[in-house]
Amino acid sequence: MRWLRRNLLGIVAIAVLVYLFVPIAVISVLSFNKPAGKYNLSWNEFSLDGWTNLCGVPGVCSSFVTSIQIGIISTIVATILGTMIAFALVRYRFRGRSTTNLLIFMPMATPEVVMGASLLALFLNLRFPLGQMTVIIAHIMFIISFVVVTVKARLQGMDPRLEEAARDLYADSRGVFRYVTFPLVLPGILGAALLGFSLSFDDFIISFFNAGTLVTFPIYIWGAAQRGIPVQVNALATIVFLVALGVVLTSQFVGYRRRRALERAPIAMDTMSRS
Amino acid sequence: MVAVVPTPRAAAAPVAQRSSRTGYLLLFPGIAWLGIFFAIPFVTLFMTSLQQPVPGKSGSYMFGLQFSNYVTAMSEYWPLFVRSFIYAGIATLLALAIAYPLAYFIAFRAGNWRSLMLVLVIAPSFASFLLRTYAWKTILSDEGIITTTLNSLHLLPDDRILNTGIAVIAGLTYNFLPFMILPLYAALEKIDPRLIEAAGDLYASPQKAFRKVTWPLSLPGVVAGTLLTFIPAAGDYINAALLGSTGDRMIGNAIQINFIQFRDYPTASALSFVLMAAILALVFTYIRRAGTEDLV
Repeated sequence: MRWLRRNLLGIVAIAVLVYLFVPIAVISVLSFNKPAGKYNLSWNEFSLDGWTNLCGVPGVCSSFVTSIQIGIISTIVATILGTMIAFALVRYRFRGRSTTNLLIFMPMATPEVVMGASLLALFLNLRFPLGQMTVIIAHIMFIISFVVVTVKARLQGMDPRLEEAARDLYADSRGVFRYVTFPLVLPGILGAALLGFSLSFDDFIISFFNAGTLVTFPIYIWGAAQRGIPVQVNALATIVFLVALGVVLTSQFVGYRRRRALERAPIAMDTMSRS
Repeated sequence: MVAVVPTPRAAAAPVAQRSSRTGYLLLFPGIAWLGIFFAIPFVTLFMTSLQQPVPGKSGSYMFGLQFSNYVTAMSEYWPLFVRSFIYAGIATLLALAIAYPLAYFIAFRAGNWRSLMLVLVIAPSFASFLLRTYAWKTILSDEGIITTTLNSLHLLPDDRILNTGIAVIAGLTYNFLPFMILPLYAALEKIDPRLIEAAGDLYASPQKAFRKVTWPLSLPGVVAGTLLTFIPAAGDYINAALLGSTGDRMIGNAIQINFIQFRDYPTASALSFVLMAAILALVFTYIRRAGTEDLV
């Protein structure tokens, strides 16, 4: 009883983590199912159909590839634009700072349905044809803010003495940026890009408004939900989940190893702590 | 030899901000993109909401100043607004209750497991949002263990969960939980544990120390978390469409159906505009408390 009271918080915390993963477990288990009827909702019979024949149902793989293409293009553009804004916010003085902050914050605080609808209203009024182009424009728009927030946090957490030291050692401003600032900010930029890609890849609402006849992976799933989602979709979603988890865990592990290595380098730390 | 291990946060002094053209050049492309594709669409949305039908041509609209569009839209759809705010409100409170213990544990007790646990909080988002919502159809199904257990205790008003408001709220709570956990964690992590110890030293019971020290200091996280959960939940239509019945539709469903299926652009735009205004009111109350610098 005392053990229970002392560890209650830990038990609740783990229970919440388990709760977060229940739907993931359902998705993965049902990828090995052979559904009894149209809908893959309850367990019927073990089958590897979903895994051995990933592209067996028309539309699954083509929409998957479309989503990856859109994700890559939107992420690259949004990461560049967002990183530039983050540098300006942290390193430069300029007028209109609070308007800028508001313009960056609002896309994160606006319901997707409103963003999707208002962008569609713009495209309709301009008679701009809907398709891959409009979806990419929309994705860049909503990813930028998340990139700004992530890169800005990294820039603000950086020790300014490292750049001062480089300047003391006669590095010109280009050299400081190339050999000190950029390598230190890079993990933040890569993290932002990863986040941006996952947001783009998974976006349904804004894409659905602005896609016209284009079918992305989430739009395919939405359509399939009415007539039964094929097991291949569950298998693909499981693969995406495992790959993303692997990437994040690897980067965490590398970061941990680097920190440990730094802590074990007494001379480096000694000079740093004396500054 | 290592006397003090400096943490980056403790070392960070304000960086001298330069004032030059470069700042504006760095800002320009991204801000222009947001201006053209985020801010201007609100103007077109507002203009669309005032359009009037082209006489004799159904389904076409032209420029107008039909403020009555708002009256018609609201008189038809106000119950969906009320329902959206109730569902999102309940889901936000549930998410707060579920998220707080986990965020507290990660911030104060997790030790070396901290970053792994944070990864686990975000990890479910890597699996498709739509599929995760769809998975709740299986979990909450009439033959499922949750429904049968609650039914044998006679706890369900309709003898089922799926296709009721309860399922919609359950889906909303689950889907937006990480948006509650992360800001809560960020606020709790900043609290110096010595403050809580000091309360204990001054004979405060653990409950009192929580009420007088931890909870007030975590309020910025609570405010940010509730906003970040409530806003997407209030505008969501996927949970209502997949888990609810036609009687559980939310305002997002009305906007989507009017825009994409009925092509009644003025009504859909008016509804979007009212939703946005309600949410702006919420955000500005927050800004008046916290300032814009804390937002991003």
